[in-house]
Order: sequence, then C-alpha cells, then structure tokens
Amino acid sequence: MSRSDLTPLALLPVLMGCAYLAIGNPIAWLTLTIAGVAMGMIIFTIASGMTIVFGLMDVLNFGQGVFITIGAYLSATVFAALSGHLVSPDPGEAGLVILLAIAAAVVGAGLSGLIFERLLVEPVYGDHLMQILVTTGGLIVGEEIIKIIWGVQQVNVTLPPFLSGAVVIADVAIERYRIFAFMVGALVFLSQYLVFTRTKTGLLIRAGVHDREMVEALGYGVRRLFVATFVAGCALAGLGGVMWGLYQQTLVPQIGSQMNVLVFIVIIIGGLGSTGGALLGAILVGVCANYASFIEPKVALFSNIALMTMILLWRPNGLYPASARS
Amino acid sequence: MTTLDWARLISKDRPGSRVLAILLIAIVAGLLFAPFALTGAKAISICVKIMIFAVLAASFDLLLGYTGIVSFAHTVFFGIGAYGVGIALTRLGASWTSLAAGILTAILLSILLALVIGLFSLRVRAIFFSMITLALSAAAQTLATQLSGLTGGEDGLVFRLPPGLMPNARLLDSKLLGLTIDGKVLCYYLILAMSVTFVLAMLRIVNSPFGRVLLAIRDNEFRAEAIGYPVFVFRTLSNVAAAVFACTSGVMLSLWLRYAGPDASLSFEIMLDILMIVIIGGVGTIYGSVVGATAFLIAQGYLQDLLKASSAASHILPGIDQVLSPDRWMLWLGLLFILAVYYFPAGLVGVLRRPAGKLNAKGGRPAKDRFIMIYRWMGRAR
Repeated sequence: MSRSDLTPLALLPVLMGCAYLAIGNPIAWLTLTIAGVAMGMIIFTIASGMTIVFGLMDVLNFGQGVFITIGAYLSATVFAALSGHLVSPDPGEAGLVILLAIAAAVVGAGLSGLIFERLLVEPVYGDHLMQILVTTGGLIVGEEIIKIIWGVQQVNVTLPPFLSGAVVIADVAIERYRIFAFMVGALVFLSQYLVFTRTKTGLLIRAGVHDREMVEALGYGVRRLFVATFVAGCALAGLGGVMWGLYQQTLVPQIGSQMNVLVFIVIIIGGLGSTGGALLGAILVGVCANYASFIEPKVALFSNIALMTMILLWRPNGLYPASARS
Repeated sequence: MTTLDWARLISKDRPGSRVLAILLIAIVAGLLFAPFALTGAKAISICVKIMIFAVLAASFDLLLGYTGIVSFAHTVFFGIGAYGVGIALTRLGASWTSLAAGILTAILLSILLALVIGLFSLRVRAIFFSMITLALSAAAQTLATQLSGLTGGEDGLVFRLPPGLMPNARLLDSKLLGLTIDGKVLCYYLILAMSVTFVLAMLRIVNSPFGRVLLAIRDNEFRAEAIGYPVFVFRTLSNVAAAVFACTSGVMLSLWLRYAGPDASLSFEIMLDILMIVIIGGVGTIYGSVVGATAFLIAQGYLQDLLKASSAASHILPGIDQVLSPDRWMLWLGLLFILAVYYFPAGLVGVLRRPAGKLNAKGGRPAKDRFIMIYRWMGRAR
C-alpha cells in the first residue's frame, strides 16, 4: 500500500454519506454503519490471509471456504460440549469457552490447511487454471466431508450472556457482539501490521509479495515462508468462521462457500496481495451490504457486485494492488 | 457440394484416431436410434442429457480448453436459456411465436451479460474472471429464487410447449417401427438436430482463424499480444460465443423437461458436472465434450443406483453407509474430479489420440512428463 495514495480512503465517507441521504434516519444509519463495520471486520479476518497467500505465491485458493466452515463447526462443537459454562453469567467463564472455541477452530483449520496445501496446492504452483480447478474440487470434497461429520441439518449457536444484548449509547443501540467482532478484527489487523512491519518474517513476506524472484535470489526460501503463510491464512479463515457463525447464530455446511463469494469481492476490490486494501474493501462491502439490505433487501447481494463493478471501472487492478506482477 | 463433404462438415478437424472416430459415430448412431431401441424413460432422458451436456460442455471448452480461462458463470447462461423459454411460454402462452421470442430474448440477454462480464473482468488478469464469475453465479441463484413472481422461486416453472411438441400430439396415424410418433419424439429429434448443429458450429469456430488466435492466447498470452492480436478483445468474444451456446443448451433443457428451476439449471452441481465432462473427455478438443458427456452421464445415471445399493448393503458398519449414501454423490464426484485433473489431464480424447508407440512405454510416464503434458494441454493462465 503506497503511502501517498489516500484517494480510495475517501470512498468510505462518500458511501456512508450517500447512504445517510438515502436512509434519512440518523439512528438507523448509525446502527447499520456499526453493523456493517463489524461484518466488514469479520470478512477482513478471512480475506487478509487469502490476499497475502495470493500475493506471495500467486496461489488463489478457491477452497478457502472449507476452512471457514471447519472453524465455525469446530467452535459449535466446543460450545455444545461446554454449553453449561457458556451460558454462565460470569464473563470470565464464558469468555474462556469462547477462547477455547477459537483455539480449536484456529488449530483445526490450520492443520487441515497444511494437509490441503500438501495434497492439492503444492503440485500446481504457478498454474492458475489448475489451481482453480483443483481447489474447487477440494472445496466440494471438504464440504461433503463436513456434511458427513456434522450432518446436513442446520446447527444453532447461542451467544453467551455477556455478548448478547445491546448497549445503548445516546439513543443508539449497539449490539455487544458487534463490538466484540470489531475488536477481534482490529486485533487481527494490528497483529498483522506488527508482524509485517516489526519482524524479519514480515519483511520477507512483504518483499516476497512485491517481488518473489528477488527474494529467492537473495537466498531466502520463499516456499517455506509460503507454507507458513498459507497455514496462517487458513487459521485466520477458521477464526473468521467462528466469528461469522456467532454472528449468524445458525450454521449450515454451505456457510463457507457463501462467505467465499464475499471474500473474493473484497480481495478484488482491495487489490490482490494488499492487507490495507483488504481492510478497506471489507468495510466497504460490509457497510454496503447492510445499507442495501435496509433500503431494498432484494438487491442486497447485487449491491456488492455493483460496488465491485464501479471500483473496477475506476481502478481495474483494485484499490491497492500490492503485487509487482500483473 | 454434390456429395456430402464429410471433411468440410467437421471443419477438417479429424478425430485423429480410429477408435475415437468409431466411438463418435457410435454415439451419434446410438442417439439417432435410441427412441426406437430403448423403452425406459430413464434411458431416454439420459440420451437427451447427453445431447444437452455435449453442447454445454463444448461451449465451456471454448473457454477452458481454447481460451485458457475458467468461468463459473456458465450455469448462469444455461439458466438464462432455460428460464427464457420457461418465462416466455408461461407468460405469452404456449405458441411457437412465444417460444421464438423467449429464445431470442435469452440469447440477446446472454450476449449482453457476457460482454459486460468480459469488459469488467478480462481487462486486467484472467484470474479476476474466475472470481467475478463465481460471485455472479451465486448472485444468479439468489435472483432466481428471490424473483418468485417471474421465476417461480425454488419450485421453478412448469409450462406447456407449443401443441406440436407435447406428448399427446399424434404426428402419424400409424406406428413407425413399433414407435408411436408423438410430440415427445419430435422434441427428441429437434434436440438432437440442435445438438449436432451446435457441436459442428463450435468445431467450425475453433478451427477458424479466430480459433487459432484463441489457442495462441491460451499458450502464450504475451506473444499473442505482441504479434498484434488484442488478447482482451478475443477473450471477450470467446466468452460471448460460449455464452450463446450455453444459452441454447439451456433452451434444449427447457424443451425437454417442460420445466425450468434453480436446481436443474443454476446449481453448482451442474457446474461441477460440466467441469467433469470437459476434463474426462479431453480439454481443448470439442470431440472430448461429446465423448465425455456420454461417458459421464451414463456413469452418473447408473453409479448413483450403485451407491444406493451399496449404502443399503453396508448398514452393518456405522459411518460407512453415510459415506456411501447417494446424498454424498458430490463427495465422490469431487474426488473423481481432483484425480482426473491430476492424472487424466488429456482426457479420453487425449489418450485415444496418443501415438500407439507411446501407449506401450515401459512403466508409465514419469511425473515430470505428466506435468509437461498438463501444461501443454491446459496452457498457462497468466
């Protein structure tokens, strides 16, 4: 993300302003905006890993949705096993359950990501067509395996008491869970930012995204770095799955592939390989979806495609393309 | 042409293998005589599906095998064709004019949509195209179920065809070779004629100078651009052509089923079927789609029965019946698909066309060779 280019940032206030004019009711507008930003942060959690994976090794994983679903279902299993503790009024106890669920989801999604990479992605480095085909196959097989393990019927997830309900600040009711989702997303962004700017690994990843051959020429094994990034990306997708599952409160096996579509839109809007772009794109998509479903529910899904179309008209590579390769 | 010029009919794109030629002739002959030879409704419906999916998969092959791009919106155009006929016949009444109006509108809409998709996604990099078409196909499924006033929602549309095509129409008073010639039989042969025409038309396209440019783009985009062919324009045109053929195969589906619904035309399962057929048959060979559709649809028709039987037989072992259940058909399809992409990239046509000497090479081909072959067949989508 180049430092001087701030124009795309103006999109967010422009979009919010237009929506304010269309909605006309400040309280509804604020509620929708907050919901949209929270949704955006969850999408960002998933999209950030994927965009880096693409930027680093030119690998586009159409099977990312599987890891979202795995994360969501693993957390649901933990919640079901510890449901007694989850409903406890003590935030510490319920919070611990949530942490456990997140840990299970992150580890489970990361491990399955490692297997996925070894079995499916590794043989097709450098060939987009093959990657698209093979990872799509992986998505279908993964989804079916999830159906075998957890069944096809929908699973309900309940929020613990300390995350349900809303806090009212100056007439605006903000659901607690949205604040929580925002904080988790912000934490992910912050830790990514710190890893990328303060550690040598992060430096290598950024350099690899920009110019892989050069980093390899300097003697660093981009391949191993890439596997680590891929696994981290899958783990992040698992985390996003937990957050999305709690947001929706019902899980179906298709949850990941549905989310995948939004994530793709975000990555295209943000520019392949750019974390900052993914954050901006995710928030744009989140608020846009919420405004649209309030103004005209039937066009909600198309609002994102329309948004993407307009942004691609303006910048065909997305807002902040990070990769030197075109 | 005084005599029928076979070489021109197939655009001088010879099957290249005697076995393949015999296979193709057998498929066409089989489809031609099926209504007389086969009695079961299931067998006939598999035959019709073969005709429809041969066109649908061949049109997808225009993109995957000849242009080197992967579209996930192919079912959208298939759906536009199916719904176009369905909506026109329900709204305007079951007449030939409304059928024609529906087909024309559907084709125009497909051209327009394919142009717009191409303009937005093929401009920068081919991979955007795959991502955007995936989003679009999800949106189309939602749209078809949401606009229930027009599309019948989840249930879809059941409609009547123009009177001559309905099963109760008697076209001949006496039986012909033991078969009552009714509207259903006419419909069958109409679909067969459409299918053969469209497959031959696609052969014509890929063997034209235009098709050669597409191949050049698939193999080396940069070089094609350098020689002076605008890659973006050619890819977009190829996308439009593929969309039109997919749309017509949707029309064929509607004619046969007298039904248009989201699961029959827009679902991701259909997309996977198309991918499977193209890979099994052989990427970059229009003939592959015909052979692949035949092999795949016959297998699908009867494997699902086999799964049902083995699932019923395996109740002793808990868990296994889950894996073998016919509901888990997609699991096996997905696994088969991945294996086919890795180990069978040239498909049936590729295997049949391989020189006989190479087939007997000792110990199979090494992995490196296999990947070189994959690259040659699939091209690189940079």
